[in-house]
Amino acid sequence: MDYFLTEEQVMIRDLARQIAEEKIVPQREELDEKEEFPWDIMKVLAQSDMFGLFIPEEYGGLGKGCLELAIAVEELSRACLGVSTTYAANALGTYPLLLYGSEEQKKKYLPDIAAGKKLVAFGLTEANAGSDAAGIQTTAKLEGNEYVLNGTKQWITNGGEAEIYTIIAMTDKSKGARGASAFIVEKGTPGFSFGKKEKKMGIRASTTRELIFENCRIPKENIIGREGMGFIVAMKTLDNSRVGVGAQGVGVAQGAFDEAVKFARQRVQFGHPIISFQAIQHMLADMATQIEAARALVYSVARYIDSGAKDISKASAMAKLFATDMAMKVTVDAVQVMGGSGYMREYPVEKMMRDAKILQIYEGTNQIQRNVIGQALIKEAAKKK
Amino acid sequence: MPIVVDKEKCTGCESCLEVCPYDAIDIKDDKAVINEYCQMCMACLPVCPEGAIKEIQEAAEEPTNLEDYEGVWVFAEQRDGTVASVAYELLGAGRRLADELKTELSAVLFGASEQEANELIRWGADKVYLCEDPTLKHFNDEPYAGLLSSLINTYKPEIVLAGATPIGRSFIPRVAAKLRTGLTADCTSLNIDSETRNLLQVRPAFGGNIMATILCPNRRPQIATVRPRVMKRNEYDSNRTGEIINVKAEDLASRTKIIETVKEVSEVSVNLQEADVIVSGGRGLGGPKGFEMLKELAGLLEGAVGASRAAVDEGWIPYSHQVGQTGKTVCPKIYIACGISGAVQHLVGMQSSDIIVAINKNPEAPIFNVATYGIVGDVYEVVPMLIKKIKELKGK
Amino acid sequence: MNIVVCIKQVPDAAEVKINPETGTLIREGVPSIINPYDMHAIEAAVQIKEKTSGKVTAITMGPPQAETALRDAISLGVDEAILLTDKAFAGSDTLATSYTLSKTIEKLSPDIIICGKQAIDGDTAQVGPEVAEFLNIPHVAYVRKIEDIGEKSIRVQRLMEEGYDVVESTLPVLLTVVKELNEPRLPSLKGKMAAKKAEIKKWTAADIGADEKDVGLKGSPTQVKNIFAPEPKKDRQMLEGTPEEQTDALIKKLMELKCL
Repeated sequence: MDYFLTEEQVMIRDLARQIAEEKIVPQREELDEKEEFPWDIMKVLAQSDMFGLFIPEEYGGLGKGCLELAIAVEELSRACLGVSTTYAANALGTYPLLLYGSEEQKKKYLPDIAAGKKLVAFGLTEANAGSDAAGIQTTAKLEGNEYVLNGTKQWITNGGEAEIYTIIAMTDKSKGARGASAFIVEKGTPGFSFGKKEKKMGIRASTTRELIFENCRIPKENIIGREGMGFIVAMKTLDNSRVGVGAQGVGVAQGAFDEAVKFARQRVQFGHPIISFQAIQHMLADMATQIEAARALVYSVARYIDSGAKDISKASAMAKLFATDMAMKVTVDAVQVMGGSGYMREYPVEKMMRDAKILQIYEGTNQIQRNVIGQALIKEAAKKK
Repeated sequence: MPIVVDKEKCTGCESCLEVCPYDAIDIKDDKAVINEYCQMCMACLPVCPEGAIKEIQEAAEEPTNLEDYEGVWVFAEQRDGTVASVAYELLGAGRRLADELKTELSAVLFGASEQEANELIRWGADKVYLCEDPTLKHFNDEPYAGLLSSLINTYKPEIVLAGATPIGRSFIPRVAAKLRTGLTADCTSLNIDSETRNLLQVRPAFGGNIMATILCPNRRPQIATVRPRVMKRNEYDSNRTGEIINVKAEDLASRTKIIETVKEVSEVSVNLQEADVIVSGGRGLGGPKGFEMLKELAGLLEGAVGASRAAVDEGWIPYSHQVGQTGKTVCPKIYIACGISGAVQHLVGMQSSDIIVAINKNPEAPIFNVATYGIVGDVYEVVPMLIKKIKELKGK
Repeated sequence: MNIVVCIKQVPDAAEVKINPETGTLIREGVPSIINPYDMHAIEAAVQIKEKTSGKVTAITMGPPQAETALRDAISLGVDEAILLTDKAFAGSDTLATSYTLSKTIEKLSPDIIICGKQAIDGDTAQVGPEVAEFLNIPHVAYVRKIEDIGEKSIRVQRLMEEGYDVVESTLPVLLTVVKELNEPRLPSLKGKMAAKKAEIKKWTAADIGADEKDVGLKGSPTQVKNIFAPEPKKDRQMLEGTPEEQTDALIKKLMELKCL
């Protein structure tokens, strides 16, 4: 379908696709198998200006928005969700700076991020604070000109590989959610170390680690926004990034669908390619329709965010929810269309199915997305009265 | 001699568009127009049903005094003082051309000894221009180009042949440019047009998809390079005598300097070029796994494994295995082509093999045109059966 | 460093097909690309620029359509591009092409000129060294590594039949490069946007002060007499039957040849 992309958006899509096909597809199997972080692909993305896509021009970026980022993420996800997770998590970690960072902070960090010289990670989740973000136990105490951080962040994408970390920690536990603040912590700061690399079901090219803070002292000016703004920073960040997770869903589903169609045209049973059978056609038809519906929603929400809309929580939650539930279903169906071959590691679809599962879990499980949507519905209904 | 379209006769039928290998014909206002892509290959002339495409005999440049030039030369390259075998192959071709022109065959040898010069005579040269200067022992473009062009200016041969090796391909173009004459690279056959005494130089063209005959009618000398293992040597005659002319180098100054020479021989390439049997695979193998099967077959036949450019470009096997115009030229006793369609650029690298076996699904594949034995069939059916049967035979 | 890269637009070799009946080429729908070896030349030039600062100019000779190759070069980091286009250049062989390029390069006075080792359509590998000769500067062919670049000299590795030579040359110099030299980058978004806006200079024979008798057909000593498909071998024998019968027949032949 034609989404009336601008000339520049088409350019971004084509280049991301070229990177995916030429640099990612040949490596994805090995990256998954060896659970290797794709540094050389990060270098290619950096050289192609992909890291600067959504960063304003005055900081060395291209000044594009959510839609352009979604288009790039979708194309990368079509080839490998592990690689695209690394790329998208970088954007996730950057949003706090972009949305609430001071001029000095932006000047200091954004140019290196835009150039792909430094990767970023976002640290919110903890052992006792996943869906319930109010359970955060990591603390930041102001001592003179420094904040002292203590605590452990869990399952942090790009942990250990990134140079810059945006961290949510409690500055005042007594205030609950209003007592959280956001900070910038650089790799190499004394007292800041990493736990072991987690072994995952899918997205194995991406790195997931614990971030450990033991009396980690950071300059006072590393706070993002003001004390107590931590939750707003985190929520707004997730509102912006969720549509990107939706784009990941569209991408991985499209990738699996393409493989299924290719296979169905070649595989001959009962004397005919299996694509000629209605049983297969109907499955493919449903898959294609669901992908297109999800893409239409993701692109619309991205455009809505780019329009400067303020209240985006519900829309972005819908995009994430719909597109990632769809991705799970379509990747499972792709394996089914391909039968025994689909289950074998020789073909890429079993990896896509394993990878897709994370999309329903991270950046807010799809149950939490439904909560977000539900709460918005209540609010809207209350307003009408 | 530009190609033009007679607008009166042209009906705009577009027959010429398809045959033009250069996209050099456009249709404007329903008439064919030749654009600047045109290379004057004349492929369009015979296909025009109206005879509307013509070659205009424009007053060509005045030929240089062609009759001042006589004799066939071979530039004999040496490495570490030993003449490279391509030089002997060129003497084989050069001898035939010289005999046809009823003229002399001379070799030019730089940086080697008289002993090597005598070898060139025994392989067919009448004369050898020898410069023993030790500065020429190692190849360097500027002194080589300077000396060879000054010898050509002095002695005026009509034809100069050189090996299409890293050495020949590097400095011979400089010689051609100094002399403002034509050079044809990688010729696969050389003949004389008896009427004009012109050298007919045949080489692959258009990415090696087709052959072209190239002429250099108005300037001399006519210079051509030929890849190793394309031409056949003459008989070696240990009693043959000839004249060695010692030449002195005048100016061997160079702005490039060789700091170090490092030997690094690819075992694969050597095996490929010396093997009696080569089992080669192409795009028809469908993936890198097919080469495992070919390796097994090659092992049973004590041969080496080759590949077409398509298979190498796909990344199924390293470049060192590539046979063809941009890979190695090979000449084994038996060449078995599996799933290779046989583009010209591949054929020129293997067609001088003694026996060629082609296995391909497509009966129209051009590889069958050069095959001694052809099998139309699936490589994945034929080759495994071949392996099984050879194993059974060997087991007995 | 002021660097000039000579590039050529060629049909994508993988896509060219032959009409089996007429033996002629089918070029319809075949995409045009930058000659693959020239991609390595561009990468080398851009890398040198990044290290030493300076400017990279890409030049190509060809019809107006060749402008797309120059825009692609800009998206890869080239700063300026010149298209040599003139009816007078039509029918150029390697000598006339080299003359034309050299007249252009004279006007740019670069420190280094980089070309791909050959173009995949012609495969002659002649233009680089001939351009160097016309410019009266040294050249090094088949460069596989650039070891060092100084103010007035450069040290490179040149691929030879049995290994490589380390060669030092004065500047200016012309290099022809092989694939081993580097891994060409993909375009960048900023590069692509710059390429879209860039002004491609178009120079004619008059602009470069070329002598009309040395360019195009007049300046080309070689001519294509004819083109043809190779003749089929006359003594060919097809081995017919079931795969098993075919295999048996082949084994018999291999035994006759004492290969088994």
